[in-house]
Amino acid sequence: MKRLSALVISLLAAAGLQAAEVQVAVAANFTAPAQQIAGEFERRTGHKAVLSFGATGKFYAQITNGAPFEVFLAADDTTPAKLDKENHTVPGSRFTYAVGALVLWSAKADFVDAKGEVLKAGKFNKLAIANPKTAPYGAAAMETLSRMKLLDAVKPKFVQGENISQTVQFVSTGNAELGFVALSQVFKEGKLNSGSAWIVPGELHEPIYQDAVILAKGKDNPAAKAFIEFLKSPYGHAVVKSYGYALR
Amino acid sequence: MLLTDADLQAIWLTIRLAGITTLILLLIGTPIAWWLARSRAWWKGPVGAVVALPLVLPPSVLGFYLLLAMGPNGPFGQLTQALGLGTLPFTFWGLVIASVFYSFPFMVQPLQTAFEAIGDRPLEVAATLRASPVDIFFSVVLPLARPGFITAGILTFAHTVGEFGVVLMIGGNIPGVTRVASVQIYDHVEAMEYADAHRLAAVMLIFSFAVLLAMYTRRSPARKAA
Repeated sequence: MKRLSALVISLLAAAGLQAAEVQVAVAANFTAPAQQIAGEFERRTGHKAVLSFGATGKFYAQITNGAPFEVFLAADDTTPAKLDKENHTVPGSRFTYAVGALVLWSAKADFVDAKGEVLKAGKFNKLAIANPKTAPYGAAAMETLSRMKLLDAVKPKFVQGENISQTVQFVSTGNAELGFVALSQVFKEGKLNSGSAWIVPGELHEPIYQDAVILAKGKDNPAAKAFIEFLKSPYGHAVVKSYGYALR
Repeated sequence: MLLTDADLQAIWLTIRLAGITTLILLLIGTPIAWWLARSRAWWKGPVGAVVALPLVLPPSVLGFYLLLAMGPNGPFGQLTQALGLGTLPFTFWGLVIASVFYSFPFMVQPLQTAFEAIGDRPLEVAATLRASPVDIFFSVVLPLARPGFITAGILTFAHTVGEFGVVLMIGGNIPGVTRVASVQIYDHVEAMEYADAHRLAAVMLIFSFAVLLAMYTRRSPARKAA
């Protein structure tokens, strides 16, 4: 027992020697899985991932203006591509870490049916969506509504969250009876955390590819590379899937 | 015109919100400021502290409580529903109520200072001339406290125009209803429309500077005269 603890201590000390910190900007919809992955990342590698959560468009503005982020987990694939083109990234580091699923969610049980007919019936006070101009899940929600030919009918009931987390907050506090949110926010280990939901079929909107990239500031940080590798590991993939995302 | 229709709509909404908030606060804030200036009750201190709270509280705290309180399960939300008014978050009047809380000290504190500066003497003189308390208030206090009212009104209006965090939390960003100028700028920045953001931000900057300039230039000659 003593020997084992000595071993653990020396291992920790060795890890401590090379342990580094990495600043990660995380799209709001990936908050919960990122926290789980960062916790395990620290346990296994000794590196520490410091996470910031927010809207992808806001992170773009901050990164192009010198924010200290070293890794970016975006909610779309266009923003990282744009950063790539503008030389804010480490070339070749970009990849799709998750494919998002959109869900129509209510905090009330049995409020949303299995086919989303509740939208057509129109018997709800408000429909929360993330700002479609800045949040990919908001854009996917708009696309879904227009393919269902319901956009004009439900538009007067729209309320917009600044990002997808705030959209969930509008629904979970009951201020909006319905909302289009990311499946990952209301789903864990194959089932809903609470309320009722309709998982929007993939053919109703363009796929939500979420890309990750190492930013120029993280070029020489071993922890940045290690974090990306960890995201691609079997553990990382398992966490991503457990929140209802698909892999590309 | 350089500004888009959506920008103009946001500006007009902001002006309406700030104007209505200022009027409501004039009505609510005046008696409270008067009481704070004149009272010797022991609970004057606690009341003064509550009035000043929005100065130090983060807007997110205020927004969070208002979202819960005015929501369908909150006490205030249940009241408005019982009265047949529905719930207030995501509505213009919800923003008005939030702004009244948010700008409260900016109305009450300058008024309180102005009332205190009047002192007891003019009131006593008026009373010996048999003026009723109501008469005293309108013919003595109001004229003497006029500069205080102007300062309080301008500060309240300007502070409401500058509101952002609370609106973001309970507004829901609805064009023409809750999308005020500060939120519109934030949207432009997030959508990477920097040119639009610049134009609207410049309007806000010029407006804020003009308001403060008007207040400070109006104030300094008065001091020289005194």
